[in-house]
Amino acid sequence: MATTETIGTDETGVGEINKYDFRTETNSIFKARKGLDEDIVRQISELKKEPQWMLDFRLHALQVFNSKPMPKWGGDINLDFQDIYYYIKPTEQQGRTWDDVPAEIKDTFEKLGIPEAERKYLAGVKAQFESEVIYGSLKEDLAEKGVIFTDTDTAVREYPELLREYFGKIIPTEDNKFAALNSAVWSGGSFIYVPKGVKIDFPLQAYFRINEENMGQFERTLIIVDEGAQVHYVEGCTAPMYTSESLHSAVVEVVVKRNGRCRYTTIQNWANNIYNLVTKRAHAYADAVMEWVDGNLGSQLTMKYPAVHMLEPGARGEILSIAFANKGQHQDAGAKLVHQAPNTTGQIISKSISKNGGRSSYRGLARVDKGATGSRCNVVCDALILDDISRSDTYPYIEVLEQDVSIGHEASVSRIGEEQLFYLTSRGLSEAEASTMIVNGFIEPLVKELPMEYAVELNRLIQLQMEGSVG
Amino acid sequence: MTETLEIIDLFVEVEGKQILRGVNLKIQRGETHALMGPNGSGKSTLGLVLMGHPKYLVTSGDILLNGESILEASPDERARAGLFLAFQRPVAIPGVKMADFLRHAATNVRNPERKEGEDLMPMKEFRQELRDKMSQLKMDTEFARRYVNDGFSGGEMKRAEILQLAMLQPKFAILDETDSGLDADAVRLASQSIAEIGGARMGLLIITHHDKLLEHNPPQYTHVILGGRIVETGGKELADELHRNGYQRIRTEHPEAAAMNDSNITPEAITA
Repeated sequence: MATTETIGTDETGVGEINKYDFRTETNSIFKARKGLDEDIVRQISELKKEPQWMLDFRLHALQVFNSKPMPKWGGDINLDFQDIYYYIKPTEQQGRTWDDVPAEIKDTFEKLGIPEAERKYLAGVKAQFESEVIYGSLKEDLAEKGVIFTDTDTAVREYPELLREYFGKIIPTEDNKFAALNSAVWSGGSFIYVPKGVKIDFPLQAYFRINEENMGQFERTLIIVDEGAQVHYVEGCTAPMYTSESLHSAVVEVVVKRNGRCRYTTIQNWANNIYNLVTKRAHAYADAVMEWVDGNLGSQLTMKYPAVHMLEPGARGEILSIAFANKGQHQDAGAKLVHQAPNTTGQIISKSISKNGGRSSYRGLARVDKGATGSRCNVVCDALILDDISRSDTYPYIEVLEQDVSIGHEASVSRIGEEQLFYLTSRGLSEAEASTMIVNGFIEPLVKELPMEYAVELNRLIQLQMEGSVG
Repeated sequence: MTETLEIIDLFVEVEGKQILRGVNLKIQRGETHALMGPNGSGKSTLGLVLMGHPKYLVTSGDILLNGESILEASPDERARAGLFLAFQRPVAIPGVKMADFLRHAATNVRNPERKEGEDLMPMKEFRQELRDKMSQLKMDTEFARRYVNDGFSGGEMKRAEILQLAMLQPKFAILDETDSGLDADAVRLASQSIAEIGGARMGLLIITHHDKLLEHNPPQYTHVILGGRIVETGGKELADELHRNGYQRIRTEHPEAAAMNDSNITPEAITA
């Protein structure tokens, strides 16, 4: 474990310009009042015309949320839960086609490049604007194969039995305070079901963004990959910047059945004032493979540890995570692998970059339960620190309750080397270009796992973070 | 007007230690100079200080490119002005592909006014040129997709340096032991390659222990550096003599410089 203490801050503010710092005026049709109590929860459920069981689920979650203390670890959370809007419904209807989407919302999407993504993939682009999915399209052949790709609110109405079997089962309401909060006020998110043996060979994508001051975004995603099926789900989001706090607290549950395969890719670039507190967990059954690819940029504080529980023999979990902590940001990110059956294998690769006083922490768990003989688990975390005022910490937790297992852990911390910079600049690259190139090289093992558009976008985001970063 | 690189009475220290003690050297574009000297004499230091390594401090003297001092110029400004250093020990940049690195480098060197974020040279044109240069150097095109110097053998690193030289076509190039770590055939190939990619059009300063690298690039001048100073200058025959007989005669004739040289040899200096 290596730590660089913060010894000062850079007041120049260069490199803080964010091209996504724009906002669009919206005419929200309904906005619940600020604050969180039973009335608000009932109102949300009523507006969504939810069945009784979901209202009960929400009310129970509210009680759990109120009874749980704030986490004592991770980062400093300075939130007034009564000063947040928990529900905003931007339009009455879900858009079926691009033409149905309101112009001002289109304008926002255009700035984010959504139409290109739409054209390129011609797949099921889902876009969450504020609290609800307002636009979705689904490729016809997916529907023919029996694939369900919709927003979670619709799924509650149209696929209640399938949803209820798993909803809140992978991440119980009681799991943690923020999972309970999401369970009480959740809205939007994706619901995906891939039937037995169906392999989707292009990524399903979702875009969403926060665009309302003091508004929490509490999407809830559930993915069920049936036996022998395959899916790659991709979400990317960028958020406009505001001065007061904002909260994003999602719950993502994934089930991968025997021989199934799921990859869940996230690239997030949050505005600098946002608390990003997300719970992500997958259950992997016999010989199933679950992969989380997770990129975290921006936010004031991110706490996110995607987990894979390997429940049956031969299951595999892989987590690739990258965090970029810039000025005023704390990325407390990591991963969890829980081996609960024999011959399960897992790998965590974590890369973090700290710059301009930013702080990144790797916090990870590798656990092998009693009976999970022959399991193998490998953890590699590398940190790159770009200057003397930034910080990186590693908190690896390893719990092994079985003898015949193999656990590996490697950690490294490095600085951008003077010799690397000299080599690149001696070939005509400016110091800033050279630094950016070294950072992009550092995260290349993750970037090459991304679909092309996301790789390009991530490299561009890194470049924005690196601008004006000479020294 | 002939282009020149001129080093005037250059004194250089690194981490408080004096390495160069009054080097004078003038190279005209189109000339080839060999620089020879025993370990610790300051050969590599001269290459690094010409390129502007931040650890090397010029305490007096000057470096002029076409009559203008470049002491205040950063390494990338020097590269854009037409200087090149083939590193004795190239640095690995994991995750950065040779092709991406070379496209950035070539764009900046050819368009010295380019600002960060402006377009790179067109991909198609770049690829074609890179393929041509690689085939000229008998390099596998797979090489372009590998990460810069990452996991390269000694020979591969040196070939990668020559490829960069070929792509950047500098006015003046310093080749720092581009033959070290190579077997005789590889050195011959390297020597031939430097000639083929137009070494004769550049001003070359070839730092070497051997004469093989000079086979296809015969020097008009050979300089012997000892104790941080150039103590003798001759023609090709001087390089041949040093290769045959070593530095004993030079040491005997310049005892003061020899003593300085020996005082420079520390565990680090042996590799410098």
